[in-house]
Amino acid sequence: MLANLFQDTLSLGIAQAVAAALLAILAMWVARTQRIHLERETLVALVRGIVQIVAVGSILVFVFKGPTWTGAIVLAIMMAVAALISARRSRELPGAYRVAFISIVLGAGAVIATMTSLGVIAPTLTSLIPIGSMIIASTMNASALALERFKAELLAHVGQIEAGLALGAAPSATVGPYLQAAVTASLIPQINSLRSLGIVWIPGLMAGMVLSGTDPLYAAVYQFVVIAMIFGASSVTSVTAALLVRPRVFTPADQLILRPRG
Amino acid sequence: MTDAGAILRIDHLTRVVHDVRVVDDVSLEVARGDILAVVGPSGAGKSSFLRLLNRLDEPTSGTVYLNGRDYTAIPPRELRHQIGMVMQSAYLFPGTIAQNISYGPAQRGIELSSARIDSLLRDVGLAGRGTGDVALLSGGEAQRVALARALANEPQLLLLDEPTSALDETARKEIEVLIGTILREHRLACVIVTHDRAQARRIATRVMVMERGRLTALGSVEEVLDAR
Repeated sequence: MLANLFQDTLSLGIAQAVAAALLAILAMWVARTQRIHLERETLVALVRGIVQIVAVGSILVFVFKGPTWTGAIVLAIMMAVAALISARRSRELPGAYRVAFISIVLGAGAVIATMTSLGVIAPTLTSLIPIGSMIIASTMNASALALERFKAELLAHVGQIEAGLALGAAPSATVGPYLQAAVTASLIPQINSLRSLGIVWIPGLMAGMVLSGTDPLYAAVYQFVVIAMIFGASSVTSVTAALLVRPRVFTPADQLILRPRG
Repeated sequence: MTDAGAILRIDHLTRVVHDVRVVDDVSLEVARGDILAVVGPSGAGKSSFLRLLNRLDEPTSGTVYLNGRDYTAIPPRELRHQIGMVMQSAYLFPGTIAQNISYGPAQRGIELSSARIDSLLRDVGLAGRGTGDVALLSGGEAQRVALARALANEPQLLLLDEPTSALDETARKEIEVLIGTILREHRLACVIVTHDRAQARRIATRVMVMERGRLTALGSVEEVLDAR
């Protein structure tokens, strides 16, 4: 319907964006009638989302015309920002940003590099950047969840941890169960996406490939490939983040640094 | 009391947190067989003081000598094997009573014999209960397990941080008697923090009073508690 009204893709895009945004505003209005106020969050998120994605789209127009090595710079910037966002909820953990950054670079960077050299990811900017960004985004979540959960578990078990220390246990032994819980919890989203793949959830990449005319079977297999890469990268990131942050919550004299506020 | 007889020599021990001197220049000695009660109003720094003795917290200045050796030169894990601690709550680990008791020695790769576990269980009045799940214990029973768990390391000194204050009246009396018996039988030195002066009078051989981080009185039970 909209396609009949708008001839060029840009105005069509704007019209489609307005239609989608109106739907979100409608949802907000329905919530408001039930006295659930989402106005501020919705509007801020909508405006922020459109500005960000259009800005990125415009940048990509230029980036895609550049040489392939610029892809590495773009991905590096993405990883730095991902680490920043990932560490935000765990500021109490000493060195959270550094831990998040190293673990994201190890997880996402290693998987992207290996898969590109194997030819699973085509060494072109149009494939490297979108697929790389998906992998980086999921390692960002894995690192954020692992750090957040580890912090929460420590704060909830200060007594047990110090009881262990007081009995002469090594710091790593006293936080073992909480490290395990943090890594497991951080991978639940990835495990769920693997489980529900295709049944509950037809992921964006596959949807996009099918929309743009790729054979659905190939799109399906390639989507699995991407999800598997995401899972691998997230696992590496999560385990690395947990192992790197563990010694940082203790002093050299085996004293627990983290303490509930109060 | 001579230096040779002192297990602990506490030397100008001070801890400053956010510009507050929570423990302020405390010096004294604890000898074998001493049962030293630390009393004083809440917020006086009693627990903070105790946590410095096994180096769960770091002194800002001053130090502690364990058998004449500066404790900052002793690896913390070794230090904490020799100085046992029981806190206000038992903080048991998920699992069985026997697993909890075995925890300390297991950290050094030592597996406690079942005879040794049985004897520790008898010491704390829980004979034959080793396979019980700690999740099912009452507060008093949990505190008995915590005590046995600390004793399993065969410490020279026991730190007790309000060990009965989270318990009901009956359990409190039982644990108090148990502590007295164990300390005497094992001839263990002990530093016990309590807000209960009557308890200090029943258990302790010496008393120190803390106020705002400072040691304000130290002496025999009669000297300190009867003078106030």
